[in-house]
Formats: sequence, C-alpha cells, structure tokens
Amino acid sequence: MSSSARQNHNDPVLRARDLICERDDRLLFRDLQLTLTDGSALRIAGRNGTGKTTLMRGLVGLNILLEGSIDWRQTDASPWLYVGHRPGISAHLTVLENLRFLARLRGLDPDQAALRQALAAVDLQAFDDSPGQQLSAGQQRRVLLAMLYLPGLPDCWVLDEPFTALDKQGVLALEHHLGAHCAKGGSLLFSTHHEPTVFDYATVTLGEHMTEGAT
Amino acid sequence: MMFLLRREWLLSWRRRSELINPLVFNLMVVALFPLGITPDPDELAVLAPGILWVAALLATLLSLDLMFRYDHQDGSLEQVATSGTPLAALILAKILNHWLFTGLALTLMSPLLGLMLNLPISLMPLTLLVLALGTLVFSTIGAIGAALVAGLRRSGLLLSLLVIPLYIPVLILGTGSINAALAGVSFVAPLSALAALACMALALAPWVAAAALQLSIND
Repeated sequence: MSSSARQNHNDPVLRARDLICERDDRLLFRDLQLTLTDGSALRIAGRNGTGKTTLMRGLVGLNILLEGSIDWRQTDASPWLYVGHRPGISAHLTVLENLRFLARLRGLDPDQAALRQALAAVDLQAFDDSPGQQLSAGQQRRVLLAMLYLPGLPDCWVLDEPFTALDKQGVLALEHHLGAHCAKGGSLLFSTHHEPTVFDYATVTLGEHMTEGAT
Repeated sequence: MMFLLRREWLLSWRRRSELINPLVFNLMVVALFPLGITPDPDELAVLAPGILWVAALLATLLSLDLMFRYDHQDGSLEQVATSGTPLAALILAKILNHWLFTGLALTLMSPLLGLMLNLPISLMPLTLLVLALGTLVFSTIGAIGAALVAGLRRSGLLLSLLVIPLYIPVLILGTGSINAALAGVSFVAPLSALAALACMALALAPWVAAAALQLSIND
C-alpha cells in the first residue's frame, strides 16, 4: 500500500452520492448512495436489467450515463481493480502471456513463479501454454481471476459477477479468497445473484426505485 | 510502453495470415492496371506514381478494421481503460505496429511494383521514402477512424468514408513529390509537407483516438 493511502486511512475508499442513471428513457436508479470502507465488502444485487453492470462500469469510468458525485480515495496508481463481463483474454496469446499483460498494465512485474502460483490458485497450472482461443468460457474467466492472486494489486476490487461460469469448487475457492482480501484490509464491491456465505458483506439492491421513478 | 509494443507485435505475428490480404490486394491492383489501360511503357511511367499510391491507400483501408476489433470484442480494451495505463500508449503501440506490418510492408513492395510500371530506377529511393512517410500517416489517421467505429458491427464502409477525405492530402503530396522528381523539378516542398504531416499526426492522433476509443468502450 502506498504511503499517501495510509495517511488518510479513515476516508472511505469510495464515496458515491446521488447517483442517477437513465437508459433508453428508463430510470434505472436515482438518489443512490454508496460508501465503501477499508476491509468491507458491498454486494450489488438486483434482477436482470436493473443496472448492476451499468452502475459498476460507471464507477470505474466505463459508462458516461451514470451521473452523480463519485469520489475515489486518492492513490498513486489506479485505485481499483476491475473485472467485468468480458474476459479480457486475447485468443492468440497464451494463458501466461495474457496474465503477464494484465499485470504489466497495472504496473506490476510479477516473476514467472508468481504468475504460475496465481494460475495454480485458479487450477490452470496445466494450461499455461495454451492459447486463449482453446479455453472454455469458464477457463477464460479463471485467467482473469488469476490476476486477483498476484502480489501488489490495488486495494479496492470491483468485480462484476465474479462467480459466473465458475464451477462449485471454483466459486468456493474464490469466496475464500475474497474473504481473505477483506480480512487483510482490502475492500470489495461486487455484483452477483448468488449469495456468498464465507464472508460478511452489505447488500444494496437495485430496482427498488423503478416503479416510483418511471413514467 | 515496450510491453505494449511487444504484445502487439506478438499478436500480429500470430495473425499474420490476415495481414497478408492487404499486401496481396496491393500486388493485384498494380498488376492489373497495365492490362486495363495500356502496356505502353512510356505511358505507364507517367501513371505509375498515382497507381502505386492509390493501391497503397486502398490496401491500408482493408487492414484498418482489425486494429481494435479483437481487443474490443474480448474485453482487453476495457482492461486497459481501467488499469491506469493510458489508452493513448496502447494506441501509439498499435499505430507503430500497424505501420510495421502494413505500411512498411507496402513500402518495401513498391520498388518491385514500380519496376512493373516502368518507374525509373533512379526514383526508387524517393518512392521508398515518400511511401514510408505516407503510410505512417495512413496508419496514424486510420487509428482515429478505427477507434471511432470499434464498437460497431459492419463498420467497413463507414470507416472508409471517415478516413478517405483525411487521406487525400497525403495522396496529393505523395504523388506530387514523385511526379515532381519525374519531371525533373524540385520535390522538396511536397516532401517536407508530407514529413510535417507525419510528425503532426503521430503527435496528436494517439490522444484523439484515445478519446474516440473511450466513447466506443462506453456502453
């Protein structure tokens, strides 16, 4: 963790106020308040189409439809680690090359051992030389999630449906890892339909404003 | 920056079968012109600069669409945009790599194609230099167009319409320099204008394309 982040440790990692999102003339949510502090986890819930992905993409700067004030705690590098729906895995690069690229993008330079360890954590150690196009959807997802096992990551993880396409063991392993991340003082914002049981989290449910707001 | 270039180079090398298309297209267009117009060497020499340039321009257009397509589809662009690495750095790497695999390849083909069109051998060094500069501008401006249409399906025609008007100055300056040399007058003016254009495009385009790409990713 950087020194500047340590100085204002009491500030929340993320404070978002009065969020409004309108899409195709439909009000997804309004007056939404989110606060995320160190060591805590926040789950975004809601039915399909209630704006979970829109909200999370908006928070990391990938959606300009989201309006409101969004304050991330100032850090030296990018304050968040975002995992979205799309796997971010190039079909023509091997698993190891993909993972190294994802790390280098964030200014990390893990050695071969750290990369292999991360792949082993998601059960992909046997696939390190396979090109991305030979992997199944679940395996591509695991490569992206292997990033979460690298050392030196940002403290706040923003994970959009991290459990999709994973098998039962994979889900459980990831839950334990996320729990450990929060226990170490990291924070977590995630969306899922499934309710993790291994660690504690608060839940914000989207879709409750729809009936009163829509015209 | 180096790791971005390395990745682009590796990706292009592994997809090299797709990158050969524009080069084959270039060869075919230039080979067909004498059959369609005239086999007379003297007349061909007059047409040669124009044919070389138009063929290179159209071949570049064929290759632009792939610049961001895969990275947009598989989500790599999202990962770059949220990682803290500036998109402009990725775009600069893509421009240089595109030029290396398309522009430079087209340039290196030109002496052979020039011979087919009876372009005087003494003009080959100038042709190489002008084409190298011109295709660099093609790649650079093309990146802006490709970034704008990255999220659209069947964007080929739109991309051409966006980019061709911006390619016209390059075409005029490029053929102008070779024609001037062919006529025995000074070609320094069009050549320096082209070099200035290349410098300006390379300095500004990554930022413009990054803004365009940010919009394309946004959905």
